[in-house]
Amino acid sequence: MEKLVTTSWLLILQVFFLSACGEYNWNNPYSAADAEKNILYNVFTERPKHLDPVQSYSSNEIQFTAQIYEPPLQYHYLKRPFALIPATAKELPVVKYFDKEGSQLPDDALATDIAHSVYEITIKPGIFFQPHPAFASNAQGDWLYHDLSEQELASVFKLSDFPQTGTRELLAEDYVYEIKRLAHPRVHSPIFGLMADYIVGLSDYAKVLKQIDQNQSDGKTYLDLRGYQLDGVQVVDRYTYRIKITGKYPQFIYWLAMPFFAPIPWEADYFYSQKGLIQKNITLDWYPVGTGPYMLTENDPNLRMVLEKNPNFHDEFYPAEGVPGDEENSLLIDSGKKLPFIDEIIFTREKESIPRWNKFLQGYYDATGIGSDSFDQAVQLVGQGEATVTEAMAEQGIRLETTVAVSTYYMGFNMLDPVVGGSNAQERESARKLRQAISIAVDYEEFISIFANGRGMPAQSPISPGIAGYREGKEGINPVVYEWMNDQPQRKSIQVAKALLAEAGYPNGIDQRTGAPLVLYFDVTARSSEDRSKLDWMRKQFQKLNIQLVVRSTDYNRFQDKIRKGNAQIFEWGWNADYPDAENFLFLLYGPQSKVRNSGENAANYDNTEYNQLFEQMKNMDDGPQRQLIIDRMVEVLRHDAPWLWGYHPKDYGLYHSWYQNIKPNRISNNNLKYLKIDAVLRAQKRRDWNEPVLWPIALLLVVLAISLFPAMAAFRRHESSTAVRSVSS
Amino acid sequence: MLGYIIRRILYAIPILIGVNLITFALFFVVNTPDDMARMQLGIKYVTPEAIEKWKIERGYDKPLLFNQEAEKLGKLTDTIFFEKSVSMFVFDFGRADDGRDIALEIKSRMLPSLAIALPVFVLGLVVYITIALLMVFFRATYIDFWGVVFCVALMSISSLFYIIAGQFLVSKLWHWVPISGYGSGLDAAKFLLLPILIGVIGSVGSSTRWYRTIFLEEMNKEYVRTARAKGLSERIVLFKHVLRNAMIPILTGAVVVVPLLFLGSLLVESFFGIPGLGSYTIDAINSQDFAIVRAMVFLGSMLYIMGLILTDISYTLVDPRIRLA
Repeated sequence: MEKLVTTSWLLILQVFFLSACGEYNWNNPYSAADAEKNILYNVFTERPKHLDPVQSYSSNEIQFTAQIYEPPLQYHYLKRPFALIPATAKELPVVKYFDKEGSQLPDDALATDIAHSVYEITIKPGIFFQPHPAFASNAQGDWLYHDLSEQELASVFKLSDFPQTGTRELLAEDYVYEIKRLAHPRVHSPIFGLMADYIVGLSDYAKVLKQIDQNQSDGKTYLDLRGYQLDGVQVVDRYTYRIKITGKYPQFIYWLAMPFFAPIPWEADYFYSQKGLIQKNITLDWYPVGTGPYMLTENDPNLRMVLEKNPNFHDEFYPAEGVPGDEENSLLIDSGKKLPFIDEIIFTREKESIPRWNKFLQGYYDATGIGSDSFDQAVQLVGQGEATVTEAMAEQGIRLETTVAVSTYYMGFNMLDPVVGGSNAQERESARKLRQAISIAVDYEEFISIFANGRGMPAQSPISPGIAGYREGKEGINPVVYEWMNDQPQRKSIQVAKALLAEAGYPNGIDQRTGAPLVLYFDVTARSSEDRSKLDWMRKQFQKLNIQLVVRSTDYNRFQDKIRKGNAQIFEWGWNADYPDAENFLFLLYGPQSKVRNSGENAANYDNTEYNQLFEQMKNMDDGPQRQLIIDRMVEVLRHDAPWLWGYHPKDYGLYHSWYQNIKPNRISNNNLKYLKIDAVLRAQKRRDWNEPVLWPIALLLVVLAISLFPAMAAFRRHESSTAVRSVSS
Repeated sequence: MLGYIIRRILYAIPILIGVNLITFALFFVVNTPDDMARMQLGIKYVTPEAIEKWKIERGYDKPLLFNQEAEKLGKLTDTIFFEKSVSMFVFDFGRADDGRDIALEIKSRMLPSLAIALPVFVLGLVVYITIALLMVFFRATYIDFWGVVFCVALMSISSLFYIIAGQFLVSKLWHWVPISGYGSGLDAAKFLLLPILIGVIGSVGSSTRWYRTIFLEEMNKEYVRTARAKGLSERIVLFKHVLRNAMIPILTGAVVVVPLLFLGSLLVESFFGIPGLGSYTIDAINSQDFAIVRAMVFLGSMLYIMGLILTDISYTLVDPRIRLA
């Protein structure tokens, strides 16, 4: 037994030292050979569910797909407010409007006169897909892997097991093919419902495809979309295609910058439709094929995902202009240089925050977000509440980048509820004043300070900063809740809220009709201890008005169910913008979007005729002063009605090592990895400095063992020789 | 013995059906098929039509346990429970809600789980038994007393503490091994050392006390007195005779967990970034993926039953008096 134990330990130690051999740092989780390579080390916490661009929508999926797939348009990396620029398109599409008879209308035609809008997009020639086995063919032009036999499949377990790859030029028909896939009966595109309302014929096309799919002979898995025409999408020539939209929908252009509208070659769809590959989890949903700067070469969503530079990536260059401050922040040093800068990006799955944070500090991750548990270690507030890194972080050369996210977290009132929404004119007026009173009482400045470590900005309306339609300064404040004092918004006193409450029929929180205390119900999905503190805080806010807040905590499924059925009274929710347009926030309160009535996104079920009309007018307008006036009026209506407590817009804080360059974070454009740059030599040097193994504990352990061995042996011998006597006596 | 094994396997079938039924009931009490669809389809722009389409495609549009509209046997067979359960008995686990083949996933994740669980099990057994025997050797002395106190102290500490403290000391302060991660081949060793060490240390308290109790019980048996009377040293009595005779209770606890080693550890895998079956199960629960949850519970139950059968067989190997019939 002793021999076995000794041998086992020796083996383990041997393996350990062998594996550590050649590396300077024992704790390096990567190969020593990669130390000075141009590799970016990133993290993902949740495994992506879909990598098919027609299905993927979550941020944890788009962080991969946006680097691989190229829609025709993209956002300018540096410009703010966000500006669309061509990606694979030659130029931004010029929209043409047509009436019912098909006659072209002028650009300033009334939205009501427009029957169709046509987007004609011409892509740049000479763009090629990444090397992929779907394109591999022999000298005769026959596809090598389009009809794989069982024998051929036997040795295939991942995409890289195919020895041959090929490529071909990107064509307009690839974009058209992807748009058709929105209606594919076997894929679930989250935007199909939305797009079916706009792209001409898409809804009917889905029905046709479904019928064809059902009639297909059993076992046939490929549905050749090239054979079925979609009315609203048309290939004009090799590089040009048209999309026909019902009516006017100016926001459609933003969708053209999302992976939903990226090209898919039919060859890839055919290749991945083979049953043998599907059985081996080799599908388009897991092995993307695109024209973007990177291609996925290792796909293990349980451990790591690796993106490598696409050798066929077309010419694209770092932007030459930005906004004031970019030059000072060294964001224009690489102007005009060919993209991408980084050869390989390794995403490692890290589910827990503690190892993620520590590996960042050791230099094994190049950037990180900041969890609440490490916030104090990383960030300090100086001067006028300005956030900066702590001295310890600064010593390591770590820097902080902050940006207000185009998101909003709000507290909603269910307007169908008789107490907070009202069921007749008198009740509605009373409920409005009640909501306004609560809006003043709930101090979001304090909330942000306590629960978000200051990482947020109190919201004045649903519209997030950085979006056209958002107003800053005095003219941007919510006059119901704030007043402008000393050049900054000041929350109104609780006395104002109490007066409003009395006007609402609840003086000092007592219902004057019944004499009973006012009790409101807050539906949440809270579970953690931190959540409990938030809820206690929220109760105190309502207590300022002597209102009893009853928290109804439930799981997320039941919570959603309550919201869908209109059974919640007060609830918390949030929204991340899809695109940088006020419409994408204001539609959340558009009456026909009511969650209860139409399964829309208006969870508060707010329905105001004037607001609805203004929304319909605004959504069809191009940005400009006229549109701004309408948005201002809409916001005014909302502030008056207060269907939400506007809550706050979160601020994203990110920490970056000194070797990480060209960083300008944002949540709208996702294809940013091609602009980033690292200094791998500096990183390797820092890693060596920061991670030298500390050997004294080993020496100490050995000394302690050696010292204790002799008395232990002596005690053992003494005990063994005395056992018989002791045993007899016992 | 063959007859006995066949009989035990047949007994396992109703047990597995029962486990499957309970899992099914518990899962669908918390999640409806609509909730599952929403979880997969995302939060934004999800239409009732999309939810219905998702359910139809995956067979979740049917009644849960009893189909009133079907005829005859169809009332039971044309249900979610029947359709999702039957295939598992031929080890066809189907596809996860994200479309990936569950059997392939289990196969690829089994090895990382085993890479931690097996060394922890073997090393742990050796360490715990050795310490327990030493404590028995020094019984009724201050070494035994403080050994028990130390074990109770170790038992009182949460396993999460061992993980965090281990990562802090060994990886963060001393830079000996990576904090988390996993590699293939020999490269895996540097990632596995710390979780294995923590796995062993984490159970020292409870396991050592358990084995100490077993050995102390054996110490009062007559064969021990006989051995001593023969003049054998206490070391020989303990490590040769007591250890051998204590094998039945040791095997009862040890062999039954051998098959379960494949299933991995939820906490250790999560903290150390090991892509094993433990983290697979946790992910599935979080994403409400019933197909995976059902497959993992079925697999767990089956392996547990297998462990019990193996335990019975192992008894015959260590004690010739036992006959399975």
